[in-house]
Formats: sequence, C-alpha cells, structure tokens
Amino acid sequence: MSTRAPTQRVRLALVHLALIAYTLIAVLPVLVVVMNSFKTRRAIFNAPLEPPLPSTASLAGYRTVITQGDFLLYFQNSLVVTIGSLFFVLLFGAMAAFALSEYRFRLNTFLGLFLALGIMVPIRLGTVAILQMMVSAGLVNTLTALVLVYTAQGLPLAVFILSEFMRGVSDDLKNAGRIDGLSEYRIFFVLVLPLVRPALATVAVFTMIPIWNDLWFPLILAPGDATKTVTLGAQIFLGQFVTNWEAVLSALSLAILPILVLYLLFSRQLIRGITAGAVK
Amino acid sequence: MTDRPKARPRWHIAVFLAPALLVYTVVMLVPLMQTLLLALENVRDGQRVFVGLDNFRMLFGDPRFSEGFWNALANNVYFFVLHMLIQNPIGISLAALLSVPRLRGVAIYRTALFLPTILSFVIVGFLWKLLLSPLWGVAPNLLGAVGLKSLFAPWLGQEAYALTTVSLVSIWQFVGIPMMLIYAALITIPNEVIEAAECDGITGLKQFFKIKLPLILPTIGLVGVLTFVGNFNAFDLIYAMQGALAGPNFSTDILGTYLYRIFFGFQLQAGDRYMGAAVATAMFVIILIGVCFYLFVIQRRMRRYQM
Amino acid sequence: MKTSMLKATVALATLAALSSPALAQTTLTIESWRNDDLATWQEKIIPAFEAKHPDIKVVFSPTAPTEYNSALSAKLDAGSAGDLVACRPFDASLALYDKKQLADLSALPGMENFSAVAKTAWSTDDGSQTFCVPMAAVLHGFMYNKAAFAELSVQPPKTEAEFFALLDKIKENGTYVPLAMGTKDQWEAATMGYQNIGPNYWKGEEGRKALIEGKQKLTDADWEKPFETLAKWGPYLGDGFEAQTYPDSQNLFTLGRAAIYPAGSWEIATFEAQADFEIGAFLPPVQNAGDTCYISDHPDIALGLNAASPNQEAAKTFLSWVASPEFAEIYANAAPGFFPLIDKPVTLENALAKEIVAWREQCQPTIRSTYQILSRGTPNLENETWTASANVINGTETPQAAAEKLQKGLDSWYKPGEAVPAKAN
Repeated sequence: MSTRAPTQRVRLALVHLALIAYTLIAVLPVLVVVMNSFKTRRAIFNAPLEPPLPSTASLAGYRTVITQGDFLLYFQNSLVVTIGSLFFVLLFGAMAAFALSEYRFRLNTFLGLFLALGIMVPIRLGTVAILQMMVSAGLVNTLTALVLVYTAQGLPLAVFILSEFMRGVSDDLKNAGRIDGLSEYRIFFVLVLPLVRPALATVAVFTMIPIWNDLWFPLILAPGDATKTVTLGAQIFLGQFVTNWEAVLSALSLAILPILVLYLLFSRQLIRGITAGAVK
Repeated sequence: MTDRPKARPRWHIAVFLAPALLVYTVVMLVPLMQTLLLALENVRDGQRVFVGLDNFRMLFGDPRFSEGFWNALANNVYFFVLHMLIQNPIGISLAALLSVPRLRGVAIYRTALFLPTILSFVIVGFLWKLLLSPLWGVAPNLLGAVGLKSLFAPWLGQEAYALTTVSLVSIWQFVGIPMMLIYAALITIPNEVIEAAECDGITGLKQFFKIKLPLILPTIGLVGVLTFVGNFNAFDLIYAMQGALAGPNFSTDILGTYLYRIFFGFQLQAGDRYMGAAVATAMFVIILIGVCFYLFVIQRRMRRYQM
Repeated sequence: MKTSMLKATVALATLAALSSPALAQTTLTIESWRNDDLATWQEKIIPAFEAKHPDIKVVFSPTAPTEYNSALSAKLDAGSAGDLVACRPFDASLALYDKKQLADLSALPGMENFSAVAKTAWSTDDGSQTFCVPMAAVLHGFMYNKAAFAELSVQPPKTEAEFFALLDKIKENGTYVPLAMGTKDQWEAATMGYQNIGPNYWKGEEGRKALIEGKQKLTDADWEKPFETLAKWGPYLGDGFEAQTYPDSQNLFTLGRAAIYPAGSWEIATFEAQADFEIGAFLPPVQNAGDTCYISDHPDIALGLNAASPNQEAAKTFLSWVASPEFAEIYANAAPGFFPLIDKPVTLENALAKEIVAWREQCQPTIRSTYQILSRGTPNLENETWTASANVINGTETPQAAAEKLQKGLDSWYKPGEAVPAKAN
C-alpha cells in the first residue's frame, strides 16, 4: 500500500485538474452574468468582463426589481408551485414506476408505453384544451392549476427514469421482506424507496428545473399579480424595443439562488444514498 | 414472484398506478390527443372539416411546407449527433471522475458542474449572445489577447457555423443531465464490488471500463434515449438565441422551432393549428420510433445486474 | 402539502375579496405587448381616466411581446382574456374579429375622430367595420449622432449619392461605425432597412396598392432596387454585423460608437435617455435631388374590446376616452415617437418627435408593404422578407434571387383580385 500511495496521489491530482478545468468552463460564464447584474448598462456593454468597479458598480437593476412588482411574493409563488409539483411527481411517479418494474401483469408494457407518450409530445401543444379545462374548473389564476399541469408534465420522465433504477433493486431483499410478512406498500415505502434515493434526487432535480424556469404556463394559466412566478415576473423587463438588461440580469440572478438551494438539498441525498448502500 | 397465489386480486398494483395515471391522463394526455387529432382536420371554405391525411400529404408533398420540414429534420439530426458525440461522453467522464474514491470536494464540483443546467434559457441565451458578440464579446477579446483575433468570426450570424455554435451552447447547458444520471448509477454500485476489484489489482481506468461500465450500461442506454427525446423536442434555447425564425436563413431551424412557427404563428404569420398538429404528429412518430427501439430492442437485450 | 396549498388559495381569495372596496366598482384589465409602457399607464394614463370615472378601475397587464399573440389567442379561446386587448395592425386583429372575439366598434362614440386611413389597419377589408380604436403609428427614417457629425464636419444627406458619400467619409475617418445595424435578428434588416428606404423606390401607396392588385411584381425594378441598395450597406456596418442583435445596435449607437442609426421613431425616448450626445434625424434619401419623398408611417397599435367581456359598458366608456384628444396627447407625450392617429391637433413637446412628425407634411406617407393582405398565406411574405433582407445584406443571396424567391412564394398562394380571408390563429 505504501508504495502505491504516491501514484495514488498523482492520480487524484490529475482528477482534480480535469475537474477544475471543466468547472471553470461551467462556472465562469455564469459569473459573468452575476457580475454584470451589479453594473450599469453602459459598463455591461462597454466591458462585460470587467468586475464592477466603484465607477461602474450599480444596484439600479436590483432597485428596479424590488420596486417594480412584488418579487417576494413571486418567489414565494415559484417555491410553492415547484415544491408542490415536485412532491406529487416524486410520490406518484415512484409508485407507478414501482408497479411497472415490480409486477408482471397484463397491461404492464402497454401502460409503460402509455405513460412514456408524455415525454414525446411537448405539453405546450395542449395549451388551449388545458386552459379550457382550468377555466371550467375555476382554477385560472390559482397556483393549483400550475401544480396540476407540472405534476402531469413531470410524471412521464419520472416514471421512465425511476422504473429503470427500480429494476436494479435486488429481488432477494424484497422477497425477504415478503417472507417477513411485509405488505407490498411497506416493501415499497420502507425497503425500495430508500434504496433508490439517488435516483429520486436526480429525478427531483430534473423535474424542478423546467418548472422553475417555465414561462409559458404561468403566462397562460396564472398571469395575475397574486400568482405570478419569478420567471414570469422578470419578463416585465423585456420590452418590445427596450430591454432593461440591468433589471433582467438582477431578477434572473436572484432567481438562480432558490433553485440552487433546492439543488443542494437534493444532491445531499446522493451522499446519503451511498452511506445507506454501505450500511446494507 | 411466481410462487404467489395467482387468484388473489392484486389491488395494490392499481393503487400504485392510479394517482399517476389519473393526473397524467386528464391534465396532459387528453388535451394533447385533442390537439394531435386536429391533424386530420382543416378549414375549407370557412368550415372545419375532416380531411383525412391531406395535411400530411401537404406537409411532405408541398414544397411550401416540406422544404422547411426536411431542413429542420436534417438540422435536428445534426444537433442530436453532436450531443451524442460530445455531451454524453463528457457527462460520463465527469461522473466517472466524481466517483473516484477518496476524492475530496465532490460536493463543490458537483454543484459547480451542474450550475449551467439549472439556468433558465433566457439567461443562457443572453449570456452566450453576449460572450460571442462581435461588439463587446468576450470571445473576440480573449482570442485577441493571445493574438488569434483572426480566428474569431460572428459564428451565430453565419449559416455555416450557427448550428454548431448553438449545439455547443446546448451541450454546455445540459451536460449536467447525463452527468447526474451516470453519477447516480455509479454510486449505487456496492462498495464490495469495487473493493473486490481493487483486491484483484484492477484500479483506475481499467476498473472503470472492466467493472463499472458494464454495470452502468443500462443507465447509458437511458441517457441515450433521453438525449434523443430531449433533442427532438428542443425549442427554447434556439428560440432564445436565434429567434423564432431560427436564422440566419433557417440554418438553426429544428423541429421544435418549425413547429412553433406553424402552430402558434409568428409576427404576421397566423398560427395554423391543423398543419401544426400534423407537424407535431410527425415529430411524435419520429420520437415514438426512437423510444420503441430503446424499449423493445436495447432495453430488452441489456444485461442488468441487480445491486 | 395539499391542505396548505388549499389554505393559501383560500387566503388569497379572501385577500382579493377584502381589498376590493365596498362600492360597486368595475375592474377592466388591459392585455398588451407593451411592457415598455407599464410606467406610463400606471402613472399617467390610468390616473387621468380614473379621476373622471371613479367607478371604473383599470389594470394594465402586459405580456412579453414575443409571446403576446399566442398567449392572447389561447386566452380568448378559453375565455380568460382581459376586457380590453391591444390590437396588432391588420391581419392578426382582423382574424380575431372574424372569429367574433373582438367586438364591432364602428359606432363607438369618439370613433369619428379618426379618418378612414387611420382606421385601415383595424377595419374589415371593405372598410365598413372598425374593431379597434387606433392609438399610434410609427415613422421610419435615420437618426444620427450630432456630435459625431459636427466632429467630422458632415451634413445629413438628401440623396442616395450623398448618403453613400457620407458613409465613405465616416468609414475613412475610422472613429465611428458608419451604420449601426445588424442582421442577426433579421427584422432590423427588413424593417429598418427594406421598409425604411423602399417607399422612395416603389412610390409609397401607389406601388403598395399596385402590388396588391397584381399590377406590379416584387421582381419589378421598383421592388428589387431597394435590395440592391441594401446589398451595398454591408461594408458600412460594424465588424461581425452578422451576429449583431437589435439591442447591440441600440447600444452601439447610444454608447456613441456609431454615427448613423436606421431607425424607427419609437427609439426617441430611450435613445434620448441613454445617449449623452444630441440626436438628429434625416429622411430616407431620395434617388435624385428634388424627387418626391415617401416615408413609412405605419399604424402600430390600437385598443379593442374582448367580445366576451362581462364589462362591455365600462369598457366602451374607457375606449371612448382612448379615442379622445386628451388620451392622444397624454400617450404621444409619454411615449414620444408613437405618433397619434387622431384627426385633431395634438401638441408634442419632444423636439426630435416634432422634427420627425413634420415629415408627414413634407412627404407622402405609406404603410409597410407586406402588412395588408399579402401576408395572409404560406409562405408568409413578411417573414420571408426578414430572411431575404438579412441574406442580401450578408451577401449570401443576390438581390435578384431574393426578389424572385419572394415573388415565387407570393404567387404560390396569392391570386390578385380574389378575396383571401385573414387566417384565424
């Protein structure tokens, strides 16, 4: 072991080097956006690479964002919608994925394909029918309408990914549970769900991003001021001829934060997944 | 499973499936089907009538529609090939590097590498248009700093390069998806397997290719099919960067942008729900073929190891 | 989760109920693509109206311009659109009227303040019914950096020869980019390029009507020559203009790095706010000194009534006010460059706006050639013109080829003299 240590260290150093290189590619451009949100319009375009200097620093963008519209409420709406939809997508999606990957029954293949149809057609095409439904249900300008749509939109991908991962869960474990007299529900909630936690976290991350960033359905289903989401709220700065870039950049920079926090929360599940596996 | 009594009604299957099926069918599938069925109708003399497959005949036969469609399809195939050749190998490599045992700072890397994926299209579009702008762009300045200014071109405005450039931006944005999926698969590999391999002296790259890769092949298949579906439904990034007309001269037009113009219209062009539904149906069939190929050919043949 | 959401919904509903005052008040919601006007409406227009009509409350609710048409169409179909809707000119609104989603406003008190020409963009093809109250038109021309012109001691050009001589001089000097325009977004090339200089070639309304009647073709010299002129613009645009976007062009000019900006009058307010030099304007140059000049004076925005609105009476009260000189004056001065279409005298305060609006007296006004009737089919002439104009300036298509392609596209569906219904969304 001691003779291997130096090569091990070199190897780890190389890995770090590669990861740092790609990290720069991924992060530097984003830093440009955040940095520019603290600058004046003139400075954004005259020297986009320059960090905000005393002469070019400006909080005008943030000031506009705070005064124009109720962004605190918009953030709250986005969070309610994203977390609400996420909860239902994960719960319903995992249940359905478990049924499809665990049991053999007549309609299994058909239902699998049926659910997968949803990832093949953009839901945007159903706009008019969905809006009509929400109008007749009296759900226009409610966050419930958005949660319903996003739950439906997220389910196909969730089922698709989760059933792939659930097929990898050991049969022996589940059968042992059955012999111990556990009900199918307990097997699912107690045995299987913890084991696929990394996959659940992954699905959660994939599901929340398009929901958080979606512009179309908030615009159509809940454009009212009380139900506006952050992404829709930031659109107010994109004019027909004039775009208030300071404000757009500020609003969108702010909008990165909550989803970044959500991402951190979920990706911690990945680590827990590993330890859970190790304990087993 | 076979030893369970067959006769007992297995209600739990229905309970597991019902919520997902209900929400999905009512809120998504029925509205979508209503729309896709419009592909069989059109307006004649101000009346909405059933026209059978006429819309498809027009889509594939009338150069006013077919030229745009084939152009978009060809561009879309190129877009997909670039993602498969660049995005997925990078994603797999990053996941492999992240899962190297005893590596410190994984959480930081994982967050940083995933950052572009959580950004909205508005940001990504603005960001890369700014970086690549010939006027204030970072790209010309950086190249200029190392004396290579002549290498810079207004790529986003040139027919020959625009599509490649936009594809690379899309890859930059979405590389986090394959990375996360593969990473989730890699860390599910039990430690015993890895330790056994290390005892046999199989480490490093050899360990990855001999031990881990076969174990994560199903996930790589999944990544492949998700890339296919995502790319053939892509729309927002091109729309944010190149506009609905997917310029210059439609060189970045993919099926999603083509569909958008026909279905929702653009500027003075009125939306045409009937032809739009026909385009959507054609896209749907293309994606369905790809997904069925995955479900019935690739997924069934894949050897799956339970862990 | 579910209960907390329910609670939130209930709480919001109660809040909404509480915040509306006890006396019976009607609330009108306006749908518009003019995000840019939000402050104007909130601070000037709505207070002015509400002061006179305390029983009516008005909410201005704009949508990002690129999503406006499709979002509005979906909301009208499903019945969740606002009471008043901003009308795009010509077919987009005509189609909504044909679908009976916009109400007939021909008899609205105040409509008599508008001439038939002012109402064209929002009337049926035969002009018998009008469905939106005209609000504003925009003019095309060129804006220039007065400080830069003084520095180079050059004068605004009158003829095309002078125009190109001027561009050569600015280019030679090298301090300024001669023309601030890019082709990346395509519409700049078509709108600020082709439609800006074109009317001088096709003689404004005369050519535009002849094209609709089929007496002229896009391949005729009058229609192809503007492309030939545009093809000569390339060398005077900034480095890498192929990837220069519309905001890039605006910033290039207002940051003082370009001398001339092919413009629409809507830029006045922002340019004056952003630039630290004085801005002047000149007409699209004519071919020979003394030629009659033609300018694009294009109807841009109007306000219509959602036929399904439950507040028809209140909405009509508001629309009548929008048709009054009082509104015209507030709007024209709050958004300089959006010129009123009303037949009454309106006092403008902005000097540059006054200078530009005076062109209406000097030259023959016309509207953009592709807007009326000719963009009703597939391929869409307006969109094709965007692509063609950008291609011509980029040098990837010859003016002849561009003109032929446009005419071929038009021929494939348009038969002059036959009625083409505006297509519903």
